[in-house]
Amino acid sequence: MTTPDTQPSTLFDKVWNAHEILRGDDGQSLLWIDRHFVHEGSFHAFDKLRDRGLPVARPDLTFGVADHYVPTLRRTGERIGDPAIRNMVEQLTDNVERNGIALFGLDDPRQGIVHVVGPEQGLTQPGLIMVCGDSHTATHGAFGAIAFGIGASEVAHVLATQTLWQTRPKQMRLTVTGDLAPGVTAKDIALTWIARLGADGARGHAIEYAGEAIRALSMEARLTLCNLSIEGGARCGLVAPDETTLAYLRDRPFGPRGAEFERAARYWSSLRTDLDARFDRDVVIEAAEIAPTVTWGVSPEEALPIDRQVPDPAAMEDGEKARQARDSLDYMGLTPGQKLTEIAIDRVFIGSCTNARIEDLRAAAAVLKGRRSRVPGLVSPGSSLVKLQAEAEGLHQVFLAAGLEWRASGCSMCVGMNGDQVASGERCASTTNRNFKGRQGPGARTHLMSPAMVAAAAVTGRLTDVRAL
Amino acid sequence: MEPLKLLSGLACPLPLANLDTDQIVPARFMKQPRSAGYGQFLLHDLRHDAEGNARPDFILNRPDAEGARTLVARRNFGAGSSREAAVYALVDFGFRCVVASSFGDIFSANAVNNGLLPATVEEADLESLFDYLGDQPAPLKVDLERCRLRAGEREIAFTVNPVWRTKLINGWDDIGMTQRHRAAIDDFAAERLRVFPWVSPVRPALPREA
Repeated sequence: MTTPDTQPSTLFDKVWNAHEILRGDDGQSLLWIDRHFVHEGSFHAFDKLRDRGLPVARPDLTFGVADHYVPTLRRTGERIGDPAIRNMVEQLTDNVERNGIALFGLDDPRQGIVHVVGPEQGLTQPGLIMVCGDSHTATHGAFGAIAFGIGASEVAHVLATQTLWQTRPKQMRLTVTGDLAPGVTAKDIALTWIARLGADGARGHAIEYAGEAIRALSMEARLTLCNLSIEGGARCGLVAPDETTLAYLRDRPFGPRGAEFERAARYWSSLRTDLDARFDRDVVIEAAEIAPTVTWGVSPEEALPIDRQVPDPAAMEDGEKARQARDSLDYMGLTPGQKLTEIAIDRVFIGSCTNARIEDLRAAAAVLKGRRSRVPGLVSPGSSLVKLQAEAEGLHQVFLAAGLEWRASGCSMCVGMNGDQVASGERCASTTNRNFKGRQGPGARTHLMSPAMVAAAAVTGRLTDVRAL
Repeated sequence: MEPLKLLSGLACPLPLANLDTDQIVPARFMKQPRSAGYGQFLLHDLRHDAEGNARPDFILNRPDAEGARTLVARRNFGAGSSREAAVYALVDFGFRCVVASSFGDIFSANAVNNGLLPATVEEADLESLFDYLGDQPAPLKVDLERCRLRAGEREIAFTVNPVWRTKLINGWDDIGMTQRHRAAIDDFAAERLRVFPWVSPVRPALPREA
């Protein structure tokens, strides 16, 4: 069933083939799943399983993480005030306890956002297939794993069988050549390619990120890049494991150790695309073309370099595009042709599975150090361990001195499920992944950008090129 | 799951692109169990004004849209969050088919798992469909066996993953299908453990790093 070894194959092929239990006549593959993360939203799937009287097949490969609904304030020693939110967190605890699944719960020092906790704990490894009922599961592909988000019915299927039926996606290689300019980050790479190809530009494809600029990225930056694959419509994103990957994985709590690590590392190092392997699509971007980028509209594809102006629908030839731009500008409360750097903001948010790892917090703090934020804002670290580390480095003092709130970890104001929301009509500079209408709260206006760019916006009170500060 | 071969009923035009799942069902409603009926939350913030009153002119609030079975939207329908609640909202509202020129991958899979057909049509055909519908609901026939839409005199082809088409036509459910392969799965798991011993079973974590 697998591709013969003599055929040149891609990184994706190698991982996929190692997981194919069987292939049906219809071309669908039944895949083995190595890691399955569940969170508060997974209650729909547990309900389905219970309705059918089915047990969880492999509780040892399933991990519960409380992240979407957890409060970022007053977490210890008190019950959660909001009964609906308390119920969500308790349902997750009940579901995992009843099924013998390990939980990174609210009072666990390792708690955090599932896509931050997985890599941090060494649960994320090269060559695995990983799923979670969350679209940003693509994050874990940074290690050379196939990782993708699934819906509740599929979560129930994985719980019941530890497998999933999937049609092999097409493959796209996105190569970023050359070196990124100073002040340009993985977030800017992602927003640039999504703006070029569209929010459905990579639909139906697995993306392998390649090229000098990708190789030069840290693991944390690769996580940011892969995280945003879904915003361009891709099924998943991957980066081939290399020395950077191995160095990150050494001595992680759930990862292999000692001789077993060396054995695993030999296999991991074989996970790379063969020289003659073919992709369905090849996209090349020159790193030098990428500038700090922000979104102006209500889709991640509506993004531009910070030195530009928002579009003028009257000057657009395509009627449908003009209508869409008009609608986006209207929702965002912007004037056609307005300079991006003239857009004043009401608040900032630094957090989310996209940009709340320690390097992100360091980047934001470097800009905020010795400065004040002109607007209120929240900083929510990606995990409780990131929070501890940031405090050990004194980063929290920088945020507090700048006038921002230092909160506990969780999805927080990225998706607004825990009560942290942007008020209607307010404009937020945000390190998150979605500027959708109402995403951060009904009527909220979101501009996506890198942590350093959010910090720069905080300092000036408007969208700002961090390189000028 | 109820099989879906032929669907006759009203189609509602909603000529918007990038209708993401956050808009289809806003996050704040997702604490409810499915039994609450998710139809009431469908496109909530588009259907209601800031005070929470239904907008009478919004297509899904209009009396002439009652009982509609198909929704027609533009490209990248159901992008974004993996929330299956977006599909629950459409299905509980009464829809069995969404027509668009492209769909979010996870949304499509979720749709099929709940008996909702994501029918992909070419951009030009979509425009023709909007010409036919104008700004009001109109009868539309969906023939899943032939992958054709019948809108008045117009016949429009659509595509759907053939595996999903079979699942929808037969009302099949994956879990039942997979359980027939139990032995193959067990053999595979044992072999995987042998070749990649570091992957599973996952060893207990080290003592907590406080």
